[in-house]
Amino acid sequence: MICDICNKNNATVHLTEIINDKVVELHICQVCAQAKADQLNKHLNISGFLGSFSDMAGDLFSQQRITKCPSCGFRYEDFKKKGRLGCGKCYEAFRELLLPLIKKIHNATNHVGKTPTGLENKTPHSNQLNIIELDRSLSRAIQLEEYEEAAKLRDQIKELEKKSKS
Amino acid sequence: MFEYLLNNKDSWVNGKGPEAEIVFSSRIRLARNIANLPFPSQANNAQKIKVLDKAKEVYPKINSLKSSSFVNMAELSSLDSQFLVERHLISQEHAVNNKEKGLIMSKDEKISIMVNEEDHFRSQVILSGFDLKKCWQILDQVDKDLEKNISFSFLSDLGYLTACPTNLGTALRASCMLHLPALAFTKRINKILELLTRISFTTRGLFGEGTQALGNFFQISNQVSLGLSEAELIDNLIGVVNQVKAQEINARNFLLKKHKISLEDNVWRALGILRNSRLISSREALSHLSILCLGLDLGIIKNTDLSSKEKGRNIINNLFIIIQPAHLQKMESKVLEEKERDYMRAEILRKKLGGKDV
Repeated sequence: MICDICNKNNATVHLTEIINDKVVELHICQVCAQAKADQLNKHLNISGFLGSFSDMAGDLFSQQRITKCPSCGFRYEDFKKKGRLGCGKCYEAFRELLLPLIKKIHNATNHVGKTPTGLENKTPHSNQLNIIELDRSLSRAIQLEEYEEAAKLRDQIKELEKKSKS
Repeated sequence: MFEYLLNNKDSWVNGKGPEAEIVFSSRIRLARNIANLPFPSQANNAQKIKVLDKAKEVYPKINSLKSSSFVNMAELSSLDSQFLVERHLISQEHAVNNKEKGLIMSKDEKISIMVNEEDHFRSQVILSGFDLKKCWQILDQVDKDLEKNISFSFLSDLGYLTACPTNLGTALRASCMLHLPALAFTKRINKILELLTRISFTTRGLFGEGTQALGNFFQISNQVSLGLSEAELIDNLIGVVNQVKAQEINARNFLLKKHKISLEDNVWRALGILRNSRLISSREALSHLSILCLGLDLGIIKNTDLSSKEKGRNIINNLFIIIQPAHLQKMESKVLEEKERDYMRAEILRKKLGGKDV
C-alpha cells in the first residue's frame, strides 16, 4: 500500500478515525509520520501523533467540503499563503479551520468588546437564543478539544431545555 | 498640499501633551469593514470605489469630522504621501500602492481614516503625550457615528471581522511612542522588550511594523484584540507603559548618579555636533537629538536658549519630525537629492539649536 501523503513509500502506519460522522482510513509511511511529528516539534508520542493526525485529516476533509468562500470566492489555500481573508463571510465558511488559529493568536475565541449600535437590542436573551449560543460554544469546545468546558456547556444546555419545556 | 500641517501648533508632534517627556505620543486605531463587501485585497475596482463613495458620503455627516477633508491617494505626489507617512497619518503601504485608496483627515491631524488599506476603514486618533483614554473617547465617538451610517461586518462571537485574523474582535490597536534613551544606554532595553513580547505586547521602531528603533524611540502596542474589551486592552497598555516609564526613570537616575560626567560629555558632544555639522543623515541626527533630549530632561543643558525646558522640548520634538526627508522637501517645496537633504538638515539643526556661523 502506498502512503497517502507522499504517494511514494509503502504505508506502514494505519489509522481509522471517525471525523464528522465519517469513517476515515489513512495509511502513511514512517517518513511522513515522522515529518508530521517533527513539524509540530513534538516527540512521536501516540497521543500527540494522533492529535496532529486528526488535525490534518480534518483539514483535508474540510477542504473537500468547503474550498471556496461561497460569498467572495476566496480559497482557503490562499489564506495560507497571504494570511488575509477575502470577506467577512470567509469567517463563517472556514470557521472550523480558523478557530484553532484564532485561539492561538488571541488566546480567546469570544468577543467581549463593543457591539454595533442597534445590534445589541436586536438579540433579546430568550432561552431559545441562549441555547443556540451555548450550542455554538459547545461545538467550538469540541473542536478545540476542551472536553471539560464541553461537558459544562452540555449540562447548561440540558438545564435550559428543561426550563423551556416546563 | 498639506503645507499648513508644517505650522500646526496642535499637532501631536509638538510634545505638549501630558507626561510627554517620556511618552511622546499615544495612538489608537480601529479596523472596520462594510458588511457584504469583500475586503480590499479581494475586492474589484467597482467594489473599492463603492467603499470610497460611502466614505465620501458619510464623513461630512459626522460632527468630529466636519472640518476634515477627503484625499484621493492616487492624486498625491509621492512626496506628499511620504510626508503623511512621516507624520504617522498613513501607513507606508497606503502611500505606495495608492490605487482606489482614500484618506479622511481632520484639520488638526488628530483624527484620520485610511480608506481601502488592509481593511475598508482604519480610523485612528493620535495625540501628543500619554493620553490613551482621551484617544479612545474621541475614536469611540467617531466609530459610533460611522456606525449610524454604515453597517459593519460583525459576528456576535468573533466581533468585528477584519482581513487579518490578528485584528479580529475589538479590531483595536492601541500604542504609545516612548523615548527610552537611558534604557538603551544601560543596555536594559532588550530585556524589557523581550519581557513585553512574552506578555503579549508588540514593540516596534519609530515607523511601525518592520522598522528599527531610530533615536531610541519604541512603539509599544497590544498584540491581542479578541477576548478583552476595549477598555481592558487600553488599561493593560496604560499599565505596561507606566511600568516601562518607571524603568526609564530608574535608568536615568542611575546614569545621573553613577555616570554623571560621561553622560554630560555625551549630551554636550551631541549638541556640539548638531550645532556645527554641515552634512548630517537623519539617522545620525535622530541619535544626537535623542541624547540632547535626555540632557534637557535631566537639566544637564544649562545657560543656552534651550534651557527653558518647555521651549527646548518643543524645539527638539519638532526637530525629530521635520528633519525627515519628506518634511525637508516640503519645507523647501522641491525634490532634494540625499546630499542636498543632508545639507539642508544640518542647516536647520544649526539654526534651531543656536549654532554659530549659521
